[in-house]
Amino acid sequence: MDETTVADMANGDGSRIKWKFLDRIVSRQGPFADPDNPIGEQALQMLSSVKVLVIGAGGLGCEILKNLALSGFTDIHVIDMDTIDVSNLNRQFLFRQADVGKHKAEVAARFVESRVRGVKITPYCGKIQDKDEDYYMQFAFVVCGLDSIEARRWINATLVGMVDEENPDSLKPLIDGGTEGFKGQSKVILPTMTSCIECQLDLHAPRAAVPLCTLATIPRQPQHCIEWAHIIAWDEERKDITLDNDDPEHITWLYQKALKRAEDFDIPGVTYSMTQGVVKNIIPAIASTNAIIAASCCNEAFKFATGSNPSLAYPPPDANNYMTYSGDDSIYTYTFTHEKKDDCPVCGNLAKTMEIDPSWTLQEFVESFAERPEAQLKKPSIRSEAKTLYMQSIASLEEQTRPNLAKKLSELVSDGEEIAVSDPALQISFKYKLVFKS
Amino acid sequence: MVYGTCGLESLCGPGQHQNQRCSGILGTLLTLSQKQQQQQAENAAGAAGKKKKVTAAQLRVQKDLSELSLGSTMKTDFPNPDDILNFTLTIDPDEGMYKGGSFSFSFAINQNFPHDPPKVKCKEKIYHPNIDLEGNVCLNILREDWKPVLNLNAVIVGLQFLFLEPNASDPLNKEAAEDLKTNREGFKRNVRSAMGGGGVRGETFQRVLK
Ligand SMILES: [Zn+2]
Repeated sequence: MDETTVADMANGDGSRIKWKFLDRIVSRQGPFADPDNPIGEQALQMLSSVKVLVIGAGGLGCEILKNLALSGFTDIHVIDMDTIDVSNLNRQFLFRQADVGKHKAEVAARFVESRVRGVKITPYCGKIQDKDEDYYMQFAFVVCGLDSIEARRWINATLVGMVDEENPDSLKPLIDGGTEGFKGQSKVILPTMTSCIECQLDLHAPRAAVPLCTLATIPRQPQHCIEWAHIIAWDEERKDITLDNDDPEHITWLYQKALKRAEDFDIPGVTYSMTQGVVKNIIPAIASTNAIIAASCCNEAFKFATGSNPSLAYPPPDANNYMTYSGDDSIYTYTFTHEKKDDCPVCGNLAKTMEIDPSWTLQEFVESFAERPEAQLKKPSIRSEAKTLYMQSIASLEEQTRPNLAKKLSELVSDGEEIAVSDPALQISFKYKLVFKS
Repeated sequence: MVYGTCGLESLCGPGQHQNQRCSGILGTLLTLSQKQQQQQAENAAGAAGKKKKVTAAQLRVQKDLSELSLGSTMKTDFPNPDDILNFTLTIDPDEGMYKGGSFSFSFAINQNFPHDPPKVKCKEKIYHPNIDLEGNVCLNILREDWKPVLNLNAVIVGLQFLFLEPNASDPLNKEAAEDLKTNREGFKRNVRSAMGGGGVRGETFQRVLK
């Protein structure tokens, strides 16, 4: 399609006027784009037919939803389990005072829908873990704006696990953004082809922690007094009560303990809100950092959908896939290739399908690993998600799981279940999906 | 993997790749939206076979456990062998001031391991400069110096070391640290008496002698 046709389309349909600049981008060949990529109407059609999943409707999520809708995506789904807190209102601009207590995903979806004509946003108020592979399979790609590493690791492992080499549509790119104060990063993961979240685990700065003995003996900062109350005093005095970070009585108790300790050591500055921040590990969020990172994620999404220019991580596996941004010491940004790790427990080895005779004993199954050409394992240990089938390396576990050896496989695993096999000789575990021979 | 001109043959698939309009990732996306309905129907049919997969944390712990070298002075106990994220490690030091004692530590590992370190607590009330009366342990790699590249073996070696070389400069039990610093012989006597279930400075300890 050439430029005139796009212009005609805009004339024919008044509502396209507002997309004038978007249309201009997709109606021309991007300077770095593959010449085979479609332009014009076909690219536009892709943009509006693609189903995108956004995970997180918080600081980053609000920006991402707004950006995607304003970039021409029309079928957007969003997942978030949280409800709106009054402290979110300074930067999570899709929410208003009257929304406090309501689900973020729901309110964000309705707000963007009301402002951007033609976009459909489907919210799900719950955990990403509630959904299974069938659900994730419906999306073209996933954009993540999360503050939890655990949730990132879960969606990453799920998307990697979904890749089926026989079915190209099972590969779901993951665009992941993250911020902490003035710092942020955005990256694109092509599951199994480029470095995954698990490969990158050591790039995530661990939570800065102060030595326990400092907390116990020589606190120097108000935060040290709060951590002491949180980690040591609570266990000493209220061992039988499970600490609930959202219970104001619990926070008040910690606050008063911390305040008393701070007075003993002559440390000023302990406040209730600081106590809340330390205990809940609230990461300072800066609206503009969120905006920068979300913008970068959404540009990648747009390029994915339209093909107007190559995206981060393209072409794999050697392309740059990771952008880091730092605004705390002037401005610094750097884009590089984070390499896939051969020994990554998630993407290093994909689960292979293995046909087994369910009437085999576990003993026979374990012995078969000595003969498998890819394995040749002398001391394999085997687990499923729910069960330790046999662990050889640890004496106590070996003894406890030895009775399983005489059992039939059908008593230990179900048809289609995944197992992990480890061995001292292996750098990473093998994963197998066991399929029963009928 | 073979890449075609679009650079992502594996994404758009070999068949489609030979089509006149190979369009890289976007091609996949377009095909996808067309295939969606068909796929959803297939998925509904295959939904019966849904299984939980081994988690990344479980995989790491399984690997760490298969590489563990416990030697003769340590053993583990798994209250539930199917749950490898929670167990007890018992250390019986065969040298140093704590020789003859038996000390157990609970390990609680969460699904965010190895980003988060394991939570380790001493199960007995013992007299040690780096372990408080509640069982909290001051070991750098359990907190401020933890990194995902460290494994359970590193933690276990660290715990073992605490019994060989109690450290007065990282005190969690201030009195014990004070004793160790000022009067090493007196500290040794206190360790013996505490391990036998006696009292030190008005505090009664748990008998941990084998
Ligand atoms: Zn990986």
